[in-house]
Amino acid sequence: MSGAVRRALLEGSEAIVEAAVGAGCRFFAGYPMTPFTELLEHFSRRLPEVGGVCMNAESELEAVGMAWGAVAAGARAATGSTGQGLSLMEEALSEITLAELPLVTFLMARGQQDYHQATRGLGHGDTRHVVLAPVDVHEAVAHTRSAFEIADAWRHPVMIYGDYLLAHTRESVTLPTEPAVVPDRPWAVDGTLGGTGRSRLISPLGFAKAGQHSPGIEAHQRAIAAKQERIAAAEARADVGACDDAETIVVAYGTPARFVRAAVAELRRGGHRIGWFRPVTLWPFPGDALADAAGRARRVLCFELSAGQLVDDVRLAVLGAAPVVPIGGISTDSSGFGVGRLLDTEVVATRILAAHRDEPLPPLPDSGGLP
Amino acid sequence: MTGTSPPADVRRIGVAVPELLLTGAHHMCPGCGEPLAVRGFLEAIQALGVARRTIAVAGIGCYTSFSMTTDVDLVQALHGRAPSVATGIKRVRPDALVYTLQGDGDMVNEGLQEVLHTAARGERITCILLNNGVFGETGGHMTATTVPGQRTKNTLEGRDPTVHGHPILIGDLIARLDGAAYVARGSVHTPGAVARTTRMFRRAFETQLSGSGFSFVEVVTMCPTGWFVPTLDGPTYLHDTLGAVHVMGELKVDGRVRSTEELRAENARAEADAARRLAAGGLDEVP
Ligand code: SF4
Repeated sequence: MSGAVRRALLEGSEAIVEAAVGAGCRFFAGYPMTPFTELLEHFSRRLPEVGGVCMNAESELEAVGMAWGAVAAGARAATGSTGQGLSLMEEALSEITLAELPLVTFLMARGQQDYHQATRGLGHGDTRHVVLAPVDVHEAVAHTRSAFEIADAWRHPVMIYGDYLLAHTRESVTLPTEPAVVPDRPWAVDGTLGGTGRSRLISPLGFAKAGQHSPGIEAHQRAIAAKQERIAAAEARADVGACDDAETIVVAYGTPARFVRAAVAELRRGGHRIGWFRPVTLWPFPGDALADAAGRARRVLCFELSAGQLVDDVRLAVLGAAPVVPIGGISTDSSGFGVGRLLDTEVVATRILAAHRDEPLPPLPDSGGLP
Repeated sequence: MTGTSPPADVRRIGVAVPELLLTGAHHMCPGCGEPLAVRGFLEAIQALGVARRTIAVAGIGCYTSFSMTTDVDLVQALHGRAPSVATGIKRVRPDALVYTLQGDGDMVNEGLQEVLHTAARGERITCILLNNGVFGETGGHMTATTVPGQRTKNTLEGRDPTVHGHPILIGDLIARLDGAAYVARGSVHTPGAVARTTRMFRRAFETQLSGSGFSFVEVVTMCPTGWFVPTLDGPTYLHDTLGAVHVMGELKVDGRVRSTEELRAENARAEADAARRLAAGGLDEVP
């Protein structure tokens, strides 16, 4: 980050909202749901202060619809929810992709069980959102600005995959104070072209106004697919540590990757040749970088707080070059927000070491029932 | 009236494509009422001189083909979801005239929650409903506004309220919400009804531009294809079936809600007056 900055101690949700406002986001719509709620609260306080609008939508269906309209009208706009709320938004999120609208969506997930949802297209059709998965609040701030920039650069929706820990942890963050450069959007509807014969149509269907070039559904969908291939080639990002001489590589994303990083550092200090690999973008998945790192390793471990979703992409990247061993699992406390006993550096280290030694994994820790 | 060609006494008085249509060609069936309604609101926009600040949001139905030929900036929405999209647009561009175009399947089935909340919020947009009581595009299936007795492909013996429930009178429902400033139900089954409906559009848009709240125009339109009636029977069928349940008139003006009985009485008076004037040999404009 260059130029003027401001340091502040902020809760993740508030930091993200500050970053979004700094990135020029002027419209947000959402419906409360833990752990997404604070994002909505901060937007509803902050956006009116900068001349923006935050809508308390009647449901997630309206939230995504409102954001769709705001982006189409030319605003930098965002929406968000948990995975459950995103399930309700999926029809629109697919069509927004086909309409080539640069929407940003904040998925504040209840853990890591929404990986497939986020990376497998969010609904129907051949569509994918770019998905960024910040490891901490500091990175979430950077990702939030990138999300709006990537969305504009490709006219394609971008999602941030956060969670309970990211939303609620307070960290000292550096916020850029340089105003964002919001590019011109000649495609946006501003109402000024009515009656001129050049009026605009924003449609997911590949149709254009009579007299203008209309690709039709097939050519339009092929063009979106080709654009997604270009995005996949250009935007994949990974964070790799200590993999050069590693016999074992541990793959993890999002806030749990922070625990993996700490566990690996601890094991390294104990003389074990273990490294870590963190996909920063979940889609596009940094498969080439992982294949490269895995080519020198004896085994690839996959730590995620789910029954096994990330592991699909890990296997596809490694393609049998090394055995892939899942070492995570479903882990949540009675709140259901994904913060179970598995999320503990010592527990993680124990599981990594067992797998590193090709020993059986200890049983998953029990997070207990209702308090 | 039955048959496939216009009656011999029909006179063609000229072809007039509204200025805000890029072409007069359309994909609608013969006898469809939707193009008449589209003409009505496009002429109202033209008359108000606001074409260069208008943004439309279209739902999904037969009328969607007008998304390509309407010469105003337009966002194509999902089935049922136009009011929320229009809300986002209006909040970003408060000076624009923003309207949605939806059918009864779109608005009253799939998207009922959207339109009700948008009205209750007093969103300064205009929602236009083309109500023919049937899913025309899928080939004639029951919607939430299908009237009792109406035959559709999934109510072959006619809609039976004890089995299929009762129709939703959406205009009446919206009129009772505080955020709704102007609510009207027009029709396109007679030239007079078309003229009256065009005036309703104008008042609805004026309401929006004055900033006084949500405005709503429902237009009962012919769908001979989805009703399974001969093309020329469309207007009569509309009058006798849908029109008898979804009664034409202004349902809310200046904060006053008007009952169906009031509208029925007003329409009966107007029809009697028209008949009287017609019998006396002159009729400038059917009310
Ligand atoms: S099916 Fe009905 S609504 Fe659709 S174009 Fe034909 S007549 Fe019109």
